[in-house]
Amino acid sequence: MKLGSYIVKRSLLMLLVMFGVLAIVFAIVHVIPADPVGALLGGNAPPAVVDRIKTQLGLNKPLFDQFVDYLWGVVHGNLGTSLQSGRAVAQDIMEYFPVTLQLSVMAILISIFLGIFLGVFSAVYRNKWIDHFSRIFSILGVSMPVFWTGLILLLVFYYILGWLPGTGQLSLFVIPPDRITGMILFDSLITGNWAALWDGLRHIILPATVLGYSATASIARITRASMLDVLTQDYIRTAKAKGLSKSIVIYRHALKNALIPVVTVIGLTFGGLLEGAVLTETVFGLPGLGRYIVNALLVLDYPAIMGGTLFIALIYSLVNLGVDLIYATLDPRMRT
Amino acid sequence: MAVVLKEKISQFVEKRRPVFEDWKHTLYLWRRTKLATIGTVIVLIFVAIAIISPFIVPYNPLGQNMNQRLQPPSFQHFFGTDQFGRDIFSRVISGAMIEVEIILIVSVISGGIGLILGVLAGYFGKVVDEILMRATDMFLAFPGLILAMAFAAMLGPSLVNTIIAISLVGWTVFARLARAEAMRVKNQPYIEAVTALGASKKRIITFHVIPMCISPVLVQLTLRMGTVILTAASLGFLGLGVRPPLPEWGAMVSDGRSFLLDQWWISTFPGIAIAIVVLGFNLLGDGLRDIMDPRLRR
Repeated sequence: MKLGSYIVKRSLLMLLVMFGVLAIVFAIVHVIPADPVGALLGGNAPPAVVDRIKTQLGLNKPLFDQFVDYLWGVVHGNLGTSLQSGRAVAQDIMEYFPVTLQLSVMAILISIFLGIFLGVFSAVYRNKWIDHFSRIFSILGVSMPVFWTGLILLLVFYYILGWLPGTGQLSLFVIPPDRITGMILFDSLITGNWAALWDGLRHIILPATVLGYSATASIARITRASMLDVLTQDYIRTAKAKGLSKSIVIYRHALKNALIPVVTVIGLTFGGLLEGAVLTETVFGLPGLGRYIVNALLVLDYPAIMGGTLFIALIYSLVNLGVDLIYATLDPRMRT
Repeated sequence: MAVVLKEKISQFVEKRRPVFEDWKHTLYLWRRTKLATIGTVIVLIFVAIAIISPFIVPYNPLGQNMNQRLQPPSFQHFFGTDQFGRDIFSRVISGAMIEVEIILIVSVISGGIGLILGVLAGYFGKVVDEILMRATDMFLAFPGLILAMAFAAMLGPSLVNTIIAISLVGWTVFARLARAEAMRVKNQPYIEAVTALGASKKRIITFHVIPMCISPVLVQLTLRMGTVILTAASLGFLGLGVRPPLPEWGAMVSDGRSFLLDQWWISTFPGIAIAIVVLGFNLLGDGLRDIMDPRLRR
């Protein structure tokens, strides 16, 4: 299959999947017997009021009509109005998502660095204690619950040692940068607000480390496997025989070729970070999309739940699509 | 009668011999993989503690004692007490049973649904297959935890609903595996032979296809048990999962959150318990992957 037609096929498929995702989200919220109006008004609201609100929200129309209405809205970029904030859900998402994006980018940088470092060490010292140690260290990262690691690091670095600031994105006394992208680090960098940049960096170190460490294992694992593959090949022996130093052979010759499969795993890991971001944002009090969805779920703010979940699924699918396309470009056998 | 039975047994053993030898080889590989051995030991200890937990807890895990609230760790209370004076050591120990319960039921439900749907799709192919594959695509378009959160919140927070939510999210992986295996199996000569003998489709699927698909699904179930615990704990932590006073570890970490600065032990010990058990499952899983991937066996 040609690359062009593969891209078209995959994109069409994704449209279909997104339609299904929308149906699942709609079904979860509308078919399962939770009572959003009850949650909104409290249990003792008079039936007349409940009825009026239901009519206002379109909740007493037939389910199919509600679905068509919602689909129509989504296609036009209207995700409804949040019951809690009273604002358009789409507007809320645009405000909360940059925080999640910034956190995920910082986290993936940390996990790429850690993962490749540990993976290379593991492969070079295979079955020695360094290998065992670095494998256990990276597996420990996926094993520790993100929310707990976050709490413990806050306890140690903020409360006991006092080296780093606590929760939130910026300290109270720091003037935030003008909002351009909504990502505080990026905004303060381009507006030259160095105080905010420094303070923002200090705030994001802990959450990004926690989240990045939790995603290290898969990158370390694939780096190790791929390095082991490469290290046994003839050209590596040739390079060694030429008398090149060990580090040049490992980093210049082996690692470069070993990184190809790592790239796709990095893509997949990035999607998985969205999951961890929910917990990290909750622990560190960051106003991101994950925390927005959790809050919406706790009060059954159903337009916000549907909109937020849908948006996350869209991002996740786009990342996966991107990974597939990169892979298809690199390896024509994958285009089936 | 007894002779016939004996003969049947020996025939059965004869037929199974290659399988046993395969197991021996696997056992050998497993023993050589140090990390898998450590993982297995951790998991076995965890399960053993869960089973005997009712007999070894020093205090009632739900029993409140306001005179003993917020005590630091000591010889009376190894892990200290929480804001209701409950003994945290007892709660962590009996929490193991809850986690085992969640793992087992989720595995049975999601493995079962996945196995049956996957085999049907793989065996019948065409439209059935297409529908199932697109359905799994849709479920896989969500990050697992987010979908589980939505299910759990809408069903209402409880132990049963946590199990339902995690199972509803997890079945897709097993369906895909079972489908691939069923597609491979259905073209084997022995299936043709059974068909020629006049066996019904129902019989072929139940007795000749499904048994072949069970082992990859079982392996994958083992690989995912750590994730199941983490998901359950995350739901508990967010207040969408198992509710207090049940000693679910994630919910316990959440309980201690507001006391973290001065009474660090309330959140710390349940968190350590989660980390150790999940580490055990992940080490075991990592070792299993090594064993199954011949490239890494060297």
